[in-house]
Amino acid sequence: MAKITFITSDNETIVAEGTTGNVMELAVKNKVKGIDGDCGGVCSCATCHVHVNEAFWGAVGAPSELESDMLEFDDNVSDYSRLACQLQVNEVPDGLILKVAK
Amino acid sequence: MKKSTLSDPFKEARESKGFGEMDDQNDPVVMVLGHKDVRKCAHNWKTFQSGGDEVGRIVVPSEVHIRNTRQIPFEVDPPEHKSYRDLVEPWFKRPLEANYQAKLTQIINNVVDEALNKGTLEVVEEFALKLQSRALTLLLNIPFEESDLWISWGTHVFRSEDTALDGDKANILYDYIDAQIDKAIENPGNDLYSVLLASEINGKKLTKEEVKGVLILTFAGGRDTVINAVTNAIAYFADHPKSLQRLRDEPEILNTAIEELIRYFSPLTQMGRVVTENTHVCEHAIKAQSRISMCWASANRDERVFENANDVVLDRKVNPHVAFGFGTHNCLGATHARQIMKILLTTLAEKVGTMEIIKCKENIEDLDEFKRKVGFDSIHVTFNKL
Repeated sequence: MAKITFITSDNETIVAEGTTGNVMELAVKNKVKGIDGDCGGVCSCATCHVHVNEAFWGAVGAPSELESDMLEFDDNVSDYSRLACQLQVNEVPDGLILKVAK
Repeated sequence: MKKSTLSDPFKEARESKGFGEMDDQNDPVVMVLGHKDVRKCAHNWKTFQSGGDEVGRIVVPSEVHIRNTRQIPFEVDPPEHKSYRDLVEPWFKRPLEANYQAKLTQIINNVVDEALNKGTLEVVEEFALKLQSRALTLLLNIPFEESDLWISWGTHVFRSEDTALDGDKANILYDYIDAQIDKAIENPGNDLYSVLLASEINGKKLTKEEVKGVLILTFAGGRDTVINAVTNAIAYFADHPKSLQRLRDEPEILNTAIEELIRYFSPLTQMGRVVTENTHVCEHAIKAQSRISMCWASANRDERVFENANDVVLDRKVNPHVAFGFGTHNCLGATHARQIMKILLTTLAEKVGTMEIIKCKENIEDLDEFKRKVGFDSIHVTFNKL
């Protein structure tokens, strides 16, 4: 079970817990504002863009090339940008903090 | 080759030079073919604009001669684009609501039941057009019965048998929308016309012309595209009964299957832009005031991005397709289209055992250098109950 904290662009904090699926799905289930997941998680829409809290970046890791190409064209991209649909709940570190980009 | 196969006519040009050229009513288009280049151009709305003075020019084939109303938000650039898009976006996200999905399920159930009861039918007119028209009543939030009129228009509101564009036919739609707007002014309701008429942007009410612009986009953008997606889906599952069985056995792949079919079908082949300054695409000089197009169908078969790009891989996990466009102007109707595909695939898996293609006539787009099959003019299919 991973506990993940989402911080929205208007500074609302939502703590969600999950065991399976990807982090975008968990965010949508918990109605995190700014995470839409339009494409259902296949890395085609970038509506699940998050900034990983710096302390967790090493454990989360950098995006793949295809994900990176997707992020390249998105607004508010940073060195810690990821698409939440490409993060698996059972693979991310417990206590992970993500800031919603939109 | 199976009847449902949609081949990739762009491969050689994409891999050798990265672009193609087509003439379009003496207004040539440089077609951008590679995935990365397509996304780059779509992202760069300043150099490749949608909102120029010549309304209809970004559409290929150009609608300059048959349309004066600006489609909104589609033919408006940032920063004005954002106000329009923010205004209409929540309405076009309604397909995510449970109530909407329940009604859409009813519509699709009925169309599939009709097909199963009839046995053999022509899918474009008797299945896809019906489904698309009836579903559109939900998107507009108007009575179901209105779809009978749209179905009676036939598949091509803008086309005759012999020409790609037909001004007289297009006027049927434009006059109809004018009349519906007048009706909504007299008797406002909860439909899209009324909601738009009551809306404001920066303190100013939307004009009739602006409302018409949103409605033309909704009707035109979601007609042939949805019809092609639905028809191609039927053809695909008729040719691949094991894939239909797989949806029954592994319902968890539904989402990746939808995105993969949409990538493979790419119901909209391309979309144009007007170039605002002298520039280059794939080392090819492009002059200001000329046109480019972003060829979604070609980008979606780019082997540098999609392994086995010409195969339908129903559980393809990473699938950065551009079938709904990319960037600022990505498809406003995508949420509606995705729900249609989701419910259609679920319903087929639930009710249909096998389908058999009896005969068909392919719909081939003539793009000068390329001939692309985008779907079918007609396709007769036998539906067998599960």
